[in-house]
Amino acid sequence: MALALVLTPLAFAALGALVPSQRWRPWLVPVCGATHLALVAFALREPTVTGVGGYLALDHLGRLILGFISVLYFLSSIYAPGYLALRTERENRVFTAGIMAVLGVMSLVTLSQHLGLIWVAMEANTLATAPLIYFNKNARSIEATWKYLLIGSVGIALALLGTFFLAYGAVATGADSSLFFSDLVKAAPHISKPWLHAAFVLLFVGYGTKMGLAPMHTWKPDAYGEAPGLVGVLLAGGLTSCAFLAMLRFVQICTAAGEGAFAREIMVAFGLFSMAVAAVFMARQRDYKRMLAYSSVEHKGILVLGVGHGGAGVFGAMLHLVNNGLTKGVLFLSAGNIHRAFQSKLSDNVSGAIRRVPVSGALFLAGFFAITGSPPFGPFVSELTILRAAMNGQQYLVGALFLVALVVVFFGMGATVLAVVQGEPPKSAPETSFKDRLVTVASPLAFMALVLLLGLYIPPSLSTLLHNAAAFVSITP
Amino acid sequence: MNEFVDPLLVAVLLTNFFVLGTSRLRAAITGTALQGSILGVLALFVHHEIDFRILLVAGGAILLKALVIPGMLLRAMRDAAIRREIDPVIGFIPSLMLGALGTGLAVVFANTLPLASSHVGSLLVPAALATVITGFILLTTRRKAIMQVGGYLVLENGIFIMGLTLLKAVPFLVELGVLLDLFVGVFVMGIIIEHISRNFSSLDTSRLSSLKE
Repeated sequence: MALALVLTPLAFAALGALVPSQRWRPWLVPVCGATHLALVAFALREPTVTGVGGYLALDHLGRLILGFISVLYFLSSIYAPGYLALRTERENRVFTAGIMAVLGVMSLVTLSQHLGLIWVAMEANTLATAPLIYFNKNARSIEATWKYLLIGSVGIALALLGTFFLAYGAVATGADSSLFFSDLVKAAPHISKPWLHAAFVLLFVGYGTKMGLAPMHTWKPDAYGEAPGLVGVLLAGGLTSCAFLAMLRFVQICTAAGEGAFAREIMVAFGLFSMAVAAVFMARQRDYKRMLAYSSVEHKGILVLGVGHGGAGVFGAMLHLVNNGLTKGVLFLSAGNIHRAFQSKLSDNVSGAIRRVPVSGALFLAGFFAITGSPPFGPFVSELTILRAAMNGQQYLVGALFLVALVVVFFGMGATVLAVVQGEPPKSAPETSFKDRLVTVASPLAFMALVLLLGLYIPPSLSTLLHNAAAFVSITP
Repeated sequence: MNEFVDPLLVAVLLTNFFVLGTSRLRAAITGTALQGSILGVLALFVHHEIDFRILLVAGGAILLKALVIPGMLLRAMRDAAIRREIDPVIGFIPSLMLGALGTGLAVVFANTLPLASSHVGSLLVPAALATVITGFILLTTRRKAIMQVGGYLVLENGIFIMGLTLLKAVPFLVELGVLLDLFVGVFVMGIIIEHISRNFSSLDTSRLSSLKE
């Protein structure tokens, strides 16, 4: 079962590479997404899901993130055929195969139960996404792909060094543990402390690079700015969540070793710094797709900050992971539509989006309110939970800085978003044949509906998943 | 552990300084290739007995680190007709000094870590850290795409040395990881290099600046 979750999308990817028709190939993507979603729905009902001699298994953290990624992927996969039909000038064989392979390797990350395997899966993620960023094959997308590969590979390399450090601390200096996560957590108190500290820092920086935490975020604006909006959703919602999951596994080991405070201090510091950097760069950001990248830096900061607070903050972070990912689905896809309609992603050349593409324009605006934490949308609830965790932990300074960053981001982002959405389309803007159609708005509308739903009501099944995941991460030694 | 290990590690440290100090790309790439072949030999001597696994790791390291990837880089260099790193972010003497400082710090830091009894007193862990730091310096201070890949290779070499300490203790995912990372990562980077040189008619990443803030 566990293996099927990984291999099914990979088989679809192979099929996509073989289908000769440029026109019909993209329709495999939603079929792949739906098949995976059905498999995941089945797997989540099973009490235990394992495979390949225990290397693959679904634990509580994996259940939440795999379930979330599958929903995110399915909803965005509906967008793929409509989008690729607009881009008939581009060969889509590599893109279609790559985007389905990404689902397989993302599933592999959530299922990996072994220190080495999770690293291999993250590396495979980096490689599978690189051709997607390169889709437009122009000078700017090469630059973005180059930075993504180079910075991503360095991050992955540091994570490998951290993996070796942890293995050395666990095995060579006599703690005598296997490298399965469950065994590492059990043996954690016996892992040599200096190696554990050094390993955690390296793993945090390494997987933090893949997550896009400041100051290791420099690949993000370029990659999100140049990649198609669809890829932006998968990077901002899927890939970075996988990196977060990998990071949480090591937070768990650190906590089990009695070094939780050490890990949490690092997380709070990097979380606040990411929010601050994002706030600074989002002010007066003219490129609205790059603005979304900084918003992603901000929200990854919120995630590690939430876990850094411990207690209710961990639950808040789990909920925020879901809310942020879904809202990014609204924002990236509607921004992609606006980009198509105006042939520009600079706010100087784009205005009156709500007149030219009413649905996408309205969704972009609603997505902005949701992501900046306005009620009644989902992110409001999760951000409030994290803020309450800070206040309950008497971290008043952290809580105040958190609020200040949110307010600065609201105004910085709002200026760009309103400039894009309001007014009349500029005279200089080229006329395009792009109009809002069902195939291009169905997916962001579905995302928006979920974001609104989660702000008003969290279904009991999701609530169970969230609570189990939070309890699983914040074990006490 | 073997009496050849420490001399080989000293040779690795010397190649670090050689790569840091040279302005000629061909010399720098040859330096990383030499370092890769030293690592392959090192893998044979780190443990007392040589078995199939160790032969595989040593052979793989020599093949990839000393032949395939440097060969790819040399070809890219010839195609793009560039020979020198003309304008590094910091000069060659300062980068050598940084490298020396990094090596010193690596030794100090390695001394604070408790080692397995068979590694006490050997240069394995300090040399691994020093090589990682050298790779980092190269990555951040060189502008040519080829030299950045070279820096990444040196960084990888450092991690490979660290991996050697675990060769016996840990099942073989570790060396699989090392080789996969190296092979695929740099292979893909090689493809990108081709595209960069075709589109920018240069391999200077400082030209890659249309996406700056």
